Amino acid sequence: MMNKEEYKKLVKKHVPKKNKIKSLIIAFLVGGLIGFLGQVCVNILISSFGLIKTEAFAWTGLIIIFIASLLTALGFFDNWVSKVKAGLIIPTTGFAHSITSCALDYKKDGLITGLGSNFFKLAGSVILYGVISAFFLCVLEVIIHG
Amino acid sequence: MASLKFNNVYIKDFYSIAGPLEKDGQIRKFDATLDDYYFGEKTFEQAEIKMQQTVIDNLLFNNSLNSTDIDLLVGGDLLNQIAITNYNIKKYKIPFLGIYNACATFAEGLIISSLFLENKNAQNVITITSSHNLTAEKQFRYPVEYGSVKYATSTFTSTGSVGGLLANSGKIKIESATIGCAIDLGCSDVNNMGAVMAPAAADTISKHLKDLNRDISYYDLVLTGDLGSIGSKIFLEYLERVYKIKLKKHMDSGCEIFLENQNINAGASGPVALPLVLFNKVIHNRKYKKILIVATGSLHSPQLVNQKNTIPGIAHAVSLEVQ
Repeated sequence: MMNKEEYKKLVKKHVPKKNKIKSLIIAFLVGGLIGFLGQVCVNILISSFGLIKTEAFAWTGLIIIFIASLLTALGFFDNWVSKVKAGLIIPTTGFAHSITSCALDYKKDGLITGLGSNFFKLAGSVILYGVISAFFLCVLEVIIHG
Repeated sequence: MASLKFNNVYIKDFYSIAGPLEKDGQIRKFDATLDDYYFGEKTFEQAEIKMQQTVIDNLLFNNSLNSTDIDLLVGGDLLNQIAITNYNIKKYKIPFLGIYNACATFAEGLIISSLFLENKNAQNVITITSSHNLTAEKQFRYPVEYGSVKYATSTFTSTGSVGGLLANSGKIKIESATIGCAIDLGCSDVNNMGAVMAPAAADTISKHLKDLNRDISYYDLVLTGDLGSIGSKIFLEYLERVYKIKLKKHMDSGCEIFLENQNINAGASGPVALPLVLFNKVIHNRKYKKILIVATGSLHSPQLVNQKNTIPGIAHAVSLEVQ
């Protein structure tokens, strides 16, 4: 039998290398496109609907989350995610998608035992560590600026 | 006692049902296929149970048997608590042994069933296995609709169910078998199951040949389980470097189910991959007489992988003679 180190080398030899530059460029372009569309949405809300800036941002978030969730439910989003990867996962679209896909998976296992308890299966970490880091940043802010 | 010889065990009949993606793949000769992943049921799990029941019902019907004529059913699937087989079997009054060896389950079932037949403890035994891409994805990976990123080494769990009716007569003889040991060479990548299973497959083959005092050229074909395209390359090189066995007549089930344009990365996996290819391609084509099937299983648990454990692989070999 081979030792583990030797086997690791053998496996590595046969595993195709990932094209990181290509993934980076795709993620940058797709993520940027979503940011651009969000900004267009904000501008339209301000100019045509007379919203103030903070309200327009909140509405844009809601609209993007709704569209992403709807596309997940209609079965398009997973195919796009598997192609463009981080470009769709990192923006709010990815967060919405992770919740909707969990909800779809467990909807038949009961409202409490299935959907409810698995809703944040993937998004739970984002919420938890998001809240914790926000707390510590606020503490830092108070210490620095008083 | 790793290897066993059988004199009086045959696969009398078999029945296979395959999923919607498999239907459009390389093999077009399945007994039945699914048009969608629900198979007329409300959940994917129910669909998998229905697939198993379709297989058993057809095996009984085609051989004019009642469920009371079956002395034993040996089977398993991929889900926790081998739930699919357990919930399927309650429909029948057949003594039942549930087994799990991940994707090596079918070979394990053949070996256990053969022992009962060889010792004349049973006359008709059914061995069954199934897997469903979406029930497996949900349990082992991410939610179905999440569309998690797939790597070049990822395999795709095939959908289907295959059953074999074993008896003391038939056209496919189960001649001998080797029970493999679990082998862990430090792989922990759940997206590269081929690398987990390759050393186990090589180890079992070398043990099989040694125990039965055979050369690899004895076999017309060595059909490995679901190593996939990358796992197969690792396996062949490992077999040659460690055991000095040069395997020329090799086929891997993972590479024989889907077409390249179906975007399946490294190939098919799941306990049904090997029996689907064995019965619907290898035996159907009548090209090979002496076949060694080496079913490979990655015995991984998502929980233990999260706890930083490496994954053990296993492989069982069964020698078949087609008459």
